[in-house]
Amino acid sequence: MAPEPPLLTMSGITKSFPGVRALDGVDLDVLAGEVHCLLGQNGAGKSTLIKVLAGAHQPDDGTIGWRGETVTLRSPIAAMRLGIATIYQELDLVEGLSVAENVHLGHEPTAAGFVVRGKAARASTAALLKRLGHPEIDPARLVGELSAAQQQIVSMARALSHDVRLIVMDEPSAALDPDEVDNLFRIVGDLTADGVAVVYISHRLEEIRRIGDRVTVLKDGRAVAGGLPAKTTPTRDVVALMTGRNVEYVFPDRPVGPPSGEPVLKVQGLARDGEFAPLDLELRPGEIVGLAGLVGSGRSEVLETIYGARKPTAGQVLVDGQPLKSGSVRAAVRAGLGLAPEERKAQALLMLESVTRNVSVSSMSRFSRGGWLDRRAESGAARAATRELSLRPDNPDVPVRTLSGGNQQKAVLARWLLRGCRVLLLDEPTRGVDVGARAELYAVIRRLADEGLAVLLVSSEVPEVLGLADRVLVLREGRVVHTAPARELDEHRVLDLVMEGTS
Amino acid sequence: MTQPASPPRPDETRKEPPADRTASWRTLTARADVRTLSLLGVLAVLILIGGITKPDEFLDTRNLQLVLTQASVIGVVTVGMTFVITSGGIDLSVGAIVALASVWATTVATQEYGFAGILFTAVIVGVGCGLVNGLLIAYGAMVPFIATLAMLASARGLALQITDGQTQIVTVEGVLDLGERDSYILGVPPLVLVFAVVTVIGWLVLNRTTFGRRTVAVGGNAEAARLAGIDVRRQRLYLYLLSGLCCGIAAFLLIILSGSGQNTNGNLYELDAIAAAIIGGTLLSGGRGTITGSVLGVLIFTTITNIFALNNLQSDVQQIAKGAIIVAAVLVQRRTAHTT
Repeated sequence: MAPEPPLLTMSGITKSFPGVRALDGVDLDVLAGEVHCLLGQNGAGKSTLIKVLAGAHQPDDGTIGWRGETVTLRSPIAAMRLGIATIYQELDLVEGLSVAENVHLGHEPTAAGFVVRGKAARASTAALLKRLGHPEIDPARLVGELSAAQQQIVSMARALSHDVRLIVMDEPSAALDPDEVDNLFRIVGDLTADGVAVVYISHRLEEIRRIGDRVTVLKDGRAVAGGLPAKTTPTRDVVALMTGRNVEYVFPDRPVGPPSGEPVLKVQGLARDGEFAPLDLELRPGEIVGLAGLVGSGRSEVLETIYGARKPTAGQVLVDGQPLKSGSVRAAVRAGLGLAPEERKAQALLMLESVTRNVSVSSMSRFSRGGWLDRRAESGAARAATRELSLRPDNPDVPVRTLSGGNQQKAVLARWLLRGCRVLLLDEPTRGVDVGARAELYAVIRRLADEGLAVLLVSSEVPEVLGLADRVLVLREGRVVHTAPARELDEHRVLDLVMEGTS
Repeated sequence: MTQPASPPRPDETRKEPPADRTASWRTLTARADVRTLSLLGVLAVLILIGGITKPDEFLDTRNLQLVLTQASVIGVVTVGMTFVITSGGIDLSVGAIVALASVWATTVATQEYGFAGILFTAVIVGVGCGLVNGLLIAYGAMVPFIATLAMLASARGLALQITDGQTQIVTVEGVLDLGERDSYILGVPPLVLVFAVVTVIGWLVLNRTTFGRRTVAVGGNAEAARLAGIDVRRQRLYLYLLSGLCCGIAAFLLIILSGSGQNTNGNLYELDAIAAAIIGGTLLSGGRGTITGSVLGVLIFTTITNIFALNNLQSDVQQIAKGAIIVAAVLVQRRTAHTT
């Protein structure tokens, strides 16, 4: 007797977006009744792969087999009809609708084709919630009133309201407390016992050990290992698979000797409830300190709180020994802080405006006499700042939106250069910057530090932090779990730390 | 710039040869000109239509003075509105503020203080209403639509309460004189001069000052403006104050024009001002504003009204035509945005 064919076979899946090949010939096969874990660093292609599986993205190449037949997943509805349900990390529930309405959204039980049978919907929802171990959730309540964990249960009930054979869960435990995680695992166990397959994405290796059957590791858009035994593969091997790189980054040389001088920035016991635990930090002129951690570890929150964009619940930030007014961006900017935020387009750039105006926006008072702008001085200063960073094209009159990602980032850096800032906070400075342009950006950041700037760098790319920073703080779930000079760490060690927290 | 933020094109400009350096700047200015030119074209066509249908009456100096005078009141309101919309906000209360300012400035008690009393009251009431709007929106975190809608209702109600529905006749000679032909300067009515001055100041402030730059930054990306160190809330407060100030000035012009104050003054000014700003090229979503375009928008609407009135067409037909023009203008703008 031949072995049972896989429920799902994806082979040679390729998907490109402008400028990036997100998936490059990925193979994945999932058996009925198994928990198949997907592992990979940020940007390895996990999200793209599950979106292809959910019918939200169409692959450029490759085939998808479902129960022995080749299928095309034209739309999320097509995937759902086959029995593939996806629970995304950002829950896609309508907060203004009730639990039952959310569960049955798009396939409401109806009478005469259009009259929604509310009672029937609530009854079937109650049954689903009971099966998920949460009979206390009232199907008539508004989803917006529920906790994050309860919303996740509703999401799961929605998946189960279809005749589901495969459930994709994207970091389902990220928002849950430990006992809620136990309940989640019990549900996963029940589902697989019924023959439903689960594709489980998580950064936490210990979870994968607990519930996973097999593991597929993605790296740079390729499946570097498929179907490894989840419980017995050594952590070292898994981490090695995730980190082995094809692309070699070129990092500038570090200055000889440790940075001297008084710290320009001191962070003392800074904390935000629910985001990160009290944190201490000192930054000297000429020093680059890196914050390493996974998405959700509180990295960006730390930066934005130092910058005053979020109000801390405890602690303070001092510049040159003077405490900053807490929760005030203006105070931070005046004291010499500058932020290059993670979402460049949403948080930093005025997309309709020219490079000049984007660069000068934080220094306008310097070019004004009684509110009157000296536009010649403005444009001259902006040109000088962008030239210093070799921003291309060498014309600050062009609209900023026509620039490449790396040059847009340079425009943001030029803004703070022009302002004369002394502490630069960089949040994922190379996100959306293509590989070739990164080395140049690294060189620029190192040069600014050599000229006396203090730099705090956040990145989810561990090699970037290790290559660029002098000192590294490793964050895990809002806590600093390790601090060390960058040259004493390697990528495996940092990944061990961010994932397992064993120091 | 007519184009909305486009998706990232990583490689496109990186290798742009330096020879193209001035080309994009040229298209940028050229495109701004295209919009202004097309508005001027529409105005020219309207003048042509007016001249053909009613050659004697339309092109008469008195009629042209009338058109410009009528444009002045709504025009001053539109300048303030342009600032608010450029910042990503909206002010629905302008008509009601004009009404309230005009009746408060024409009560028997106020008129005892003469010319200065009327002018001062009109401006202060306008600024006061703008202050309330601004505080609610900037520091009370209210949505501009709701805050100014509430102001619309309250200001109209208060105006009705003050007048009890009666028209308040102005008896102050100095005010009435400004509406007379004797006070025209080189054939230009004083009201039109005020409109011109407000327009020029508005243009300078929007295009040449840090205040204007901050307004555009807040409208283009409020979060980015905040993280760049701009005091977004204070800027918002100032903007609604500015809109209120413009309403106060407009109320004073209306008092001169009608020789009275009425609680029905400024009816639907909010719609006219928004429409004029939008067809002029100011983005309703904020981040781009043009005073020149707004003024041309006002002139287009006023000219249409005049031509229709001269041809004895009813106001219902006017309304339909206005609606059609708004739709056509926005569609044309969208088209140019896509093709460039």
